[in-house]
Amino acid sequence: MAFLELKGVSKGFGEGPARTEVLTDVNLEVEEGEFIAIVGFSGSGKSTLVNLIAGLTMPDKGAISVGGAPVRGAGPDRGVVFQNYSLLPWLSVFENIGVAVDAVFPDWPKDKRNAHIERYIDMVNLTPATWKRPKELSGGMRQRVSVARALAMDPRMLLLDEPLSALDALTRGTLQKEFERIWAKDRKTVLLITNDVDESILLADRVVPLTVGPNATLGKSFDVKLQRPRDKTELNHDAEFKHLRNEIMNYLLGLKSERNEQQLAALPEPPKLKPRAA
Amino acid sequence: MTKQRIIRILDVAGLKVFEPLVRLATGEDPKEQLRLLGMYFLLPALAFIAFLAAWHICAINIVTKYGTLPTPAAVWVQGSNLLESHRQTRANEAQFYEDQQTKSAEHAENAVKLRTLAETMESPKKEKAIEAAEKLDEKATEALTKKFSASPTYIDQIITSLYTVFAGFVIASLIAIPTGILCGMSRAFSMAVNPLIQIFKPVSPLAWLPIVMIVVGALYTTPPAEAWFEKSFISSAFTVALCSLWPTLVNTALGVASIEKDHLNVARVLNLSSSTRVRMIVIPSALPFIFAGLRISLGVGWMVLIAAEMLAQNPGLGKFVWDMFQNGSSETLAQIMVAVFTIGIIGFLLDRVMIVLQRSVSYDTTVAT
Repeated sequence: MAFLELKGVSKGFGEGPARTEVLTDVNLEVEEGEFIAIVGFSGSGKSTLVNLIAGLTMPDKGAISVGGAPVRGAGPDRGVVFQNYSLLPWLSVFENIGVAVDAVFPDWPKDKRNAHIERYIDMVNLTPATWKRPKELSGGMRQRVSVARALAMDPRMLLLDEPLSALDALTRGTLQKEFERIWAKDRKTVLLITNDVDESILLADRVVPLTVGPNATLGKSFDVKLQRPRDKTELNHDAEFKHLRNEIMNYLLGLKSERNEQQLAALPEPPKLKPRAA
Repeated sequence: MTKQRIIRILDVAGLKVFEPLVRLATGEDPKEQLRLLGMYFLLPALAFIAFLAAWHICAINIVTKYGTLPTPAAVWVQGSNLLESHRQTRANEAQFYEDQQTKSAEHAENAVKLRTLAETMESPKKEKAIEAAEKLDEKATEALTKKFSASPTYIDQIITSLYTVFAGFVIASLIAIPTGILCGMSRAFSMAVNPLIQIFKPVSPLAWLPIVMIVVGALYTTPPAEAWFEKSFISSAFTVALCSLWPTLVNTALGVASIEKDHLNVARVLNLSSSTRVRMIVIPSALPFIFAGLRISLGVGWMVLIAAEMLAQNPGLGKFVWDMFQNGSSETLAQIMVAVFTIGIIGFLLDRVMIVLQRSVSYDTTVAT
């Protein structure tokens, strides 16, 4: 049995005619220690998928299990890095991570707790900003705090919900490198949600595209067998990388045009009008 | 650096009007700073002078049964009189205690003398002398315990009023904040109590006061000699609380209900217990709202207090105004006007203090570096 399993998961929102089925019949198996990336267009239901796995929302149909146990709610065994950081603005970097550490390891003595927090702040290179509040940090720094907070909980798996999509290209590049470095250290199970195909290939062992919503589901998966550590600039000239990228891109674009055709076909036939004879 | 710091402190303290002075002192763009100073100080001063002139003209033309209305000058004189009489009373008080001390010392001295004299006396006389000495000792201690009594001065009335409004404000906050948190967190609770809130919110203090006085009279039966608080004080404090708790309650509920969903998701991922969630996430997040509510509550409380004191005859500014009205003369009318200004200025200062508190807890205004 795989570490993370989704079987026939469906989820929709709203009622009556306003109801939209966001995800339909999603199946996924992730092995322990695997780094998996889900790529999809915006609005295809990526965040809904993360919320389902995190246990923040419950599926309408189907079952989700982590480590063999069905998901009944949110819990610290699945560390979530939210798209908009979700840091508590009235607490410093240290305190933000402290809240998480206290919740997961309530019995730790003070020294151990503080050392643990400092280690994770150091891991994301934020030691000089230890006592700053989120307002005083840049977007990239805030996202690092969010990552440090998730890691400090020592979760069995990490859920990254478009962690880099709000950042500029340069900061993105730096953080991608850091993600790989941190992941290489303890090889936790990671599920990364992204809209960036390059990013998914750079980081993941396996890339799974999410089809266009509504009624989105997971498409066929692409294994990434590139050697680690991967370097972004070198990869740009790597034939296998280019091939993989084109394949995924074409797959995604194909999904999109297929959906567009379906939508066009669903439109009612326009009435045939003829200009009146003068 | 230090200049920026001073300006920042002024800003947080709500004293932004002094910012041009700081900038002027460092020689920054004098022309602009002088223009700002004109805006912040000269214009308000001109408006105030215009107000005084209008008041003066109205006053000398309106004839009441006590003569013309007091002019600004007359009010100023009465203001200084009130202060002077306060000083006089304090001086009298000091004098009184000094006199009592000398009196006590005299008695004690006489008692000692009498005792030495008694030693030399024969039996029946001796006992009588010792008895007299004991009486003198009693008188000495009595003189020390005697309390100065005078009617409360104007300053005493102000202090009583402040004391009462704070008591009412604390009671109001203790009720409003927890109830507001419950309202914000539980939709069911909010639905249940909302009609009550809407009905009681607009009730005037004058309607509450008789009920509060009767209830306090029924429940607070400690004899006056042992009581910590006077009944009238408790009545006015509770009336203030009943009228001023609503803004805090409504604001707290709003603040708690509008917590960002992301922050609650964090709490869920961390599996925080409900008490930890309230302590670590709900309260800090709603704090700016709560303080905004507290600020309005204190303003309402101060306004209500004067009416409550008038009716409850609780010592304080309200009673002072009422007494002066009963005395009815041109001077007392001027003293009422002094009270109006005092109430206004104290209300303004209380509001300033709350603004500073409110700003110091709002994490949103922290400027990014």
